[in-house]
Amino acid sequence: MKLPSMKLPSLREVSTEARLLLIGIPVFIWTMLPIYHMFLFAISPKEDAFSGKLWPANPTLHNFHIVFYQQHYFLRDFWIQFWNSTVIAVSVGVLTLLIATTTAFSISRLKVPGGRWVMNLALFTYFIPAAFLAVPMYRTMGNYGLLNNHWSLILAMVTIASPYAIWVLKQASDKLPVELDEAAIMDGATTLQLFRLVYIPLMMPSLVAIGTYALLLAWNEYLYAFLLLSKDTDITLPVALGNFLAADDSPWELLMTTGFIYALPPAAIYYAFKRYMVGGLTAGAVKS
Amino acid sequence: MAITLSTSDHAIPATPLSERLSTPQIWGIVLLAPYALVFLAFVVYPVGYGLWLARHPASYVALYNDPIFARAAINTLVFLVIGINFKMLIALFLSGFFIQERSWIKWLSVLFILPWAVPSIPTILSVRFMFNPEWGMVNQVIFKLTGEDGPNWLNDPTVALTMAIGMHIWKSLPFWTLILMTGRLAIPGDLFEAAAVDGATWWQKFRFITWPSVRTLYLTCTLLSMIWTLGDFNSVYLLTGGGPADLTHVLSTLGIRYLRLDQLSLAMASIVCALPFVVPLMYFMMKRLSR
Repeated sequence: MKLPSMKLPSLREVSTEARLLLIGIPVFIWTMLPIYHMFLFAISPKEDAFSGKLWPANPTLHNFHIVFYQQHYFLRDFWIQFWNSTVIAVSVGVLTLLIATTTAFSISRLKVPGGRWVMNLALFTYFIPAAFLAVPMYRTMGNYGLLNNHWSLILAMVTIASPYAIWVLKQASDKLPVELDEAAIMDGATTLQLFRLVYIPLMMPSLVAIGTYALLLAWNEYLYAFLLLSKDTDITLPVALGNFLAADDSPWELLMTTGFIYALPPAAIYYAFKRYMVGGLTAGAVKS
Repeated sequence: MAITLSTSDHAIPATPLSERLSTPQIWGIVLLAPYALVFLAFVVYPVGYGLWLARHPASYVALYNDPIFARAAINTLVFLVIGINFKMLIALFLSGFFIQERSWIKWLSVLFILPWAVPSIPTILSVRFMFNPEWGMVNQVIFKLTGEDGPNWLNDPTVALTMAIGMHIWKSLPFWTLILMTGRLAIPGDLFEAAAVDGATWWQKFRFITWPSVRTLYLTCTLLSMIWTLGDFNSVYLLTGGGPADLTHVLSTLGIRYLRLDQLSLAMASIVCALPFVVPLMYFMMKRLSR
C-alpha cells in the first residue's frame, strides 16, 4: 500500500521535470544560437569562420587584435566611433536624468498645475511608433541646423527616453511621504534645498535605474543614429556595423568581433543593474 | 498636547499661505520648463510639420500607384496581427514556465533576457549570416547532413518576412515574458492551493484563476506591442533590407526608404496612411491607462 504511493509522485515528478526540460532546452537553443554564432565568428580565424563547424579547430583572439589596432579598411575609425557611442550614451543618460528628475519633482512634489496633463502628453510620445517619428524628426533636425551634429542624436534620444523616465520617477516619488517635505519646509528649507538635500538623496535608487536605462537606450539605438549622422568619424558603432553590409567583401569575422565588443558593455551594465531595472519594470506592469 | 498640535496645524497654512503656495509653484513651472521645451521642439513640432508635409493629395495618388506600398501595408498587417499575437501567446506560455521554482529555470531566465539586453544590430547581422545561402552555418549543416544545398532563405519573400517576424520575436519575447511573469506572480498563491485541493486540472487553473487575473495586462501588452512593432525598423531593414525586390518592406522601412530617396512627402503620406491602424490602438491604450 505504501510503496506505490511513494513511487507514484516520484514518477510524476520525473515526467514534470521532463516536460519542463522539453520546454527549457528549445528555449535555451533559440535564445543562445544567434549570440553563440556571433561569438563563434569572433574567435574563429578567417579560414575557419566559413567551415560550418560548431567550434573552431584553432580558436584565436586575432580578430580582436585586428579590431583594437584598427588594422582593416572598415575599422579605421573604430576607436573614434566607440568614443562617439560612449559620449552620446553618457550625455543622453545625464541629460535625461536632469530633465526627468526636475519634471518628476515638479509634478509629484510641487503639484504644479497641469502636471498630470504634461505627464499624459509625455506618455503620448510612446504611442507614436519610433520609425514614424524618425521621418519628421530627421527633417526637424535639418531645420534646426543640427544634422550631422552629435547634438541631434543626443536630443532625439533624450526626447525618447524622457517620458518613461519621468513616469517611473513620478511613481517612485509619489511614494515618498508628504510629511518629509512639510518637515523640511518647517525647518526653513527653500524649494531648491528641498530638491537637492531631501528629494535627490531619497530618490537615488530610481535615479540609478533611470540613468542606466537612458544610457543603454542611446548606446543601442540604430535608426536615429543612422539617419542623423553620416560622416565616418561622426557615426556611432551600430551605424558603422550597418555600413559593413554595404560592401560585398565584408569581413564577417571582423564584423562579428566588432559587434561582440559593442554588445558587451550594455549586457554587462544590464546585469550589474538588473535589480533596479526589474524593479522599475515591475512598477510599470502592476500599474497597467 | 492636543491643543498645541491643533494650533500649530492651523498656524502653518494660515500665515505664510501666499508664500508657500506661490513660490513652490513658480519653481514647479521653472523645473517643468526644460521638458516642456524638449517636448515642444522634438515631438509637437515634428509631428505637426510632418502632417503639414503630408497634406498634398498628389502624394496619396503616388502611393496608391506604388505597388511597393500595397505590399508593405499587407506585410505590416501580417507582422502585427499574426506576428504579435503569436509572440504574446508564447510569452504567456513561457511566463508560466519561468515562474516554476527550479534553480535551473532561474539560470535559464537570466540567459533568456540576453536578446533584450544586448543591442539588436550585431545579433540581427549574426542571424543574417547564419542564413546566408553559400557560407551560412545553417546551409553548411544542411549540406553536411543531406549532401544537398539548402534553400536560399532570404530570397523568398514569404520566408524572409517570416524570418523578420522571427527576429522581432527573438528580440522582444523576453521583455513581454518578464512583464507577464510579474502579472502571474501577483496572483495570490492560496488560490492555486485551493484549486489543487478541489482537484482542478492545470487547464482549469489557467482558465479560472490565471487568465482572469492577467487578462487586462495581456491585452494592454498586446496593444502596446502592436504600436511599438509598427515602429520596428531594425528587424526588417537589417535582415532583409526590404528585399528581395522590395517585397518584404513594412510601413516603417518604407517610410525610411522614401526618406532616403528624398521623397519626404511620400514618406509622410505613407505614415499618415498607417494612422487608421494606429489611432484605434492609441484610443484603446488611452482608455486602458486612464482607468
